Amino acid sequence: MKLINDLKYTKSHEWVRVEADGTLTVGVTDHAQELLGDIVFLELPDAGRTVKAGEDCAVIESVKAASDIYAPVSGEVIANNDAAVGAPESVNGDAFGTWLFKIKPANTAEVDALLDAAAYQASVDAGN
Amino acid sequence: MGQRTPLYNEHLALNAKVVDFAGWDMPIHYGSQLEEHHQVRRGCGLFDVSHMRVVDLTGADCRPFLSHLVANDVAKLTTYGRALYTCMLNPQGGVIDDLIVYHFADDRFRLVVNAGTADKDIAWMREQAKAFANLTITPRADLAMIAVQGPTAPQTLYAAVAGSEAAVAALKPFNAAWLGGVDATDATLIARTGYTGEDGFEIMLPATQAATVWQALLQAEGKPIGLGARDTLRLEAGMNLYGQDMDEQIGPLESGLSWTVDLKNAERNFIGRSALPTQPTQQLVGLVLLDRGVLRSHQKVITAQGEGETTSGTFSPSMNASIALARVPAGVALGDAVEVEIRDKRLKARVVKAPFVRNGKVLVSVE
Repeated sequence: MKLINDLKYTKSHEWVRVEADGTLTVGVTDHAQELLGDIVFLELPDAGRTVKAGEDCAVIESVKAASDIYAPVSGEVIANNDAAVGAPESVNGDAFGTWLFKIKPANTAEVDALLDAAAYQASVDAGN
Repeated sequence: MGQRTPLYNEHLALNAKVVDFAGWDMPIHYGSQLEEHHQVRRGCGLFDVSHMRVVDLTGADCRPFLSHLVANDVAKLTTYGRALYTCMLNPQGGVIDDLIVYHFADDRFRLVVNAGTADKDIAWMREQAKAFANLTITPRADLAMIAVQGPTAPQTLYAAVAGSEAAVAALKPFNAAWLGGVDATDATLIARTGYTGEDGFEIMLPATQAATVWQALLQAEGKPIGLGARDTLRLEAGMNLYGQDMDEQIGPLESGLSWTVDLKNAERNFIGRSALPTQPTQQLVGLVLLDRGVLRSHQKVITAQGEGETTSGTFSPSMNASIALARVPAGVALGDAVEVEIRDKRLKARVVKAPFVRNGKVLVSVE
């Protein structure tokens, strides 16, 4: 399984990069894109939307099926990736290089509680 | 673990992702469903459809039996090897299954039925057969079936299977011929039929020969195609999927299958005939989504004549747009603007005539 060590992860297969200014950049993991198959549609949250940790806030659809993407932490969405919406297959090509949205977290404790790469690997191995 | 076809190990060797389909362990894709879809539209794809059930009928009562059993009229089957697509209805006019009937002689026919309904179909046929003295129903679990589909399917088949060109090169669609001219229960039957909207063949052959033929087809530029692409191909081709676009609760006239219901012979009292409505209140139509999104089954369709529902929906790789089949009120017309509810949003769609794609060409506009 392809993983990037200095990213954070969720059990629901989002990756999270903590930026220098404390904001979070979010995408889905390579494992997620592999499970989904050929991705053909993305619906991303608008900037300004307030989300709760674990809230379904985006949709990713492959040829096969639709899946929800969950907010990794509570906070405010500050940007979404229009380029990815226009080329959803880029998630298949490079899941860790294709960010989907950015969040300004409301509570840093939630950020600290995200999984590291080893814990995410263990979660996937356990069948999540 | 589900049932496995004679080609199960071939799928594993090709790194298939295997899923359960109607109790069978079947390949959903071998890597990319999209690439497999395009392969069939542009080249040649191979499908293991051995989970479908071949049922042979023999005996002097074959014709009267089939004339009673199915909604299309087997009187149309007069030439050797001719095939007919039809529904088998219950007394309420619902669809028990859709199937293909092949004719060889008045006392010899072959049926091909769906995997998920095979046991129920055979039980129903045996029940109906009680009224016919000279009839034998023989399910053929000893046969495998491989579909070879796409514009280059003939070249692949001819290169892979010795004698196939001589047997089938002159075959028109919906006709079948025996390999080597050998008409025998353990011989190989090649039909010019399929479920993709492309030229191609379905080969019914002894299970013991399936792996050898499959490998030869791969050698001859055929690429393996999973059930995922099979579904997007058939939906683009405007072909119904049993259990999704029609079932026992709904009839052929409300399922886009009026063309398969033959009422010309007023004397022919086939099962379900008396229950068919003279004026169906619903119809099955094609939809193209004009907004961004992906249509799926069971989404609400809002029309000027009332509400309906999508029965099958997908992203169409050939059109780069989303398409669906939908059951809507009878008054809805081709070209009508409708809305489809997807996750509490209403998206714009247009009613179009299926098929969406045939022989590699897109037939409907997505503008």
